[in-house]
Amino acid sequence: MPRTARAIAPDTAPGTPGGVLFRAMGIGVKRGGDWLIKGVDLTLNPGEIVTLIGPNGSGKSTTAKVVLGLMRPDAGKIERAAALRVGYVPQRLAIDDTLPFTVRRLMTMTGPADDDAIARALSRAGVGHLIDAAVQRLSGGEFQRALMARAILRRPDLLVLDEPVQGVDFAGEVALYELIRDIRDELGCGILLISHDLHFVMAETDRVLCLNHHVCCAGTPQSVAADPEYRRLFGPRAVEALAVYQHHHDHAHGPDGEVIPLASRDPAAHSHGDGAVCRLDHEHEHDHGHHGSGHDADDIHPIDPASATDGQ
Amino acid sequence: MVSDFILRAALAGIGVALVAAPLGCFVVWRRMAYFGDTMAHSALLGAAAAIAFDIDATLGVFIVSVMVALALLALERRGGLATDTLLGLLSHSALAVGLVVMGFMTGLRLDLFGYLFGDILAVGTNDLILIWGGGAVILAVLLCIWRPLLAATVAPDVAAAEGMNPARQRLIFMLLLAGVIAIAMKIVGILLITALLIIPAAAARRLAHTPESMAMIAAGIGALAVAGGLGAAVAADTPAGPTIVVAALVLFLIGLIPWPGKAADHG
Repeated sequence: MPRTARAIAPDTAPGTPGGVLFRAMGIGVKRGGDWLIKGVDLTLNPGEIVTLIGPNGSGKSTTAKVVLGLMRPDAGKIERAAALRVGYVPQRLAIDDTLPFTVRRLMTMTGPADDDAIARALSRAGVGHLIDAAVQRLSGGEFQRALMARAILRRPDLLVLDEPVQGVDFAGEVALYELIRDIRDELGCGILLISHDLHFVMAETDRVLCLNHHVCCAGTPQSVAADPEYRRLFGPRAVEALAVYQHHHDHAHGPDGEVIPLASRDPAAHSHGDGAVCRLDHEHEHDHGHHGSGHDADDIHPIDPASATDGQ
Repeated sequence: MVSDFILRAALAGIGVALVAAPLGCFVVWRRMAYFGDTMAHSALLGAAAAIAFDIDATLGVFIVSVMVALALLALERRGGLATDTLLGLLSHSALAVGLVVMGFMTGLRLDLFGYLFGDILAVGTNDLILIWGGGAVILAVLLCIWRPLLAATVAPDVAAAEGMNPARQRLIFMLLLAGVIAIAMKIVGILLITALLIIPAAAARRLAHTPESMAMIAAGIGALAVAGGLGAAVAADTPAGPTIVVAALVLFLIGLIPWPGKAADHG
């Protein structure tokens, strides 16, 4: 039986007034006989930022599309809060040059809004001066900001961002993440963020889900950075600054992402019951018992005590 | 003194142009020019079917155009062939099948040339009622779905995620397109309907700053092309439908001329 990767249970999340925004349980999407994603569990609470990472083609966008209701899962199910107000910021829009479409029009694309509110939202996102610019002429960063202004205007409960910093320079990247954090703080919405980049997301994000057709590992940024699955996907350099602990997975991946169990590859390895779940942040080092079923305190060991100085 | 048949022709042509141009803007924005062409080419089959089943020609054209559009969507969903291949396949197959079916109807004297290139000077009072009545319905529906259709054109995924239904908007748009084709066939003929859809829209692009103004300017250009083309056809004794399309092309070309002082507006 294929193992089911699990996200961190919602009870480890920060305070959740108003209940969860959505709960995806074991969702799978099949295309042409192949599972694009399989057994993905994901829950998002209001005010929480969850980041999806993974290589190209690992199912990040597919997962987001299921969450947005753009794709119906072939397995598992997704429950969304009633009357959930959704904001979606795609990577880009393919708007034909023949369509005269300004940023102002983008703001009222799916519903009316008054001019003051539009101007305020655009200024808040730092693109007030672009209100009459053609959407097709915006740079990547300007476009993302315009779409985030849309989000501010619409006040969604759930905001889904698809690689918002792609093609944005370093300084712009930092500024965009600050804006995302501010939107979360001001609106109290839950944010699902798709990213290639763990480094910068980590600073604001509550939980990271590392996908490679299934959930490879999930948890706080620190725990995921320390996870060997993550290291295998992104290479050791990606985690130099943040690696804290290591633990061993009980599975590896075939070329197609298929899960291959590892039968004691390394006698020193601590293979544990649910290798896809990792919760390795510092605060929980001595207190793994409360994670409940399937986990016991012996699962996780710092391999190298010297590295346990936490990269922060 | 303008004769009655010229007046009827002008009213019919302008009526069609006022409806075709705004829809044509969406055809251009959605990059569906060849899609519209495919639906239009199937109109001949629709006209043949209408004769065979003894129903109204406009209704026959409408039904067959919708069926061809749905067939295209089904083939697209099935995958395997690129959309432009499917369009080429359907477009020319529909035209060829229509011509063959027409060939079987030996008992009737059919004006094939009229179907292909239009017969605007033969427009009767009933045609006028159909064009203006049908056109008003098409424009009313377009007005009702304007915002969601525009959202579905700009960002279908965002529209769907935010609670709209782009697939439904697309279907309604296809029905409207089939309606325009059905009422425009008599004016410019099935081979030239697409021109009436997209040339005014293309000509309006440089003059417009919003989607709405582009649609209205396109409608004006379309009406102007009909009036000018019709006048030229009568004066020079040329076929009216093609002359209208040439007039639209001339207006488009005039729009390309860089006017002094205009560059600043559009920088």
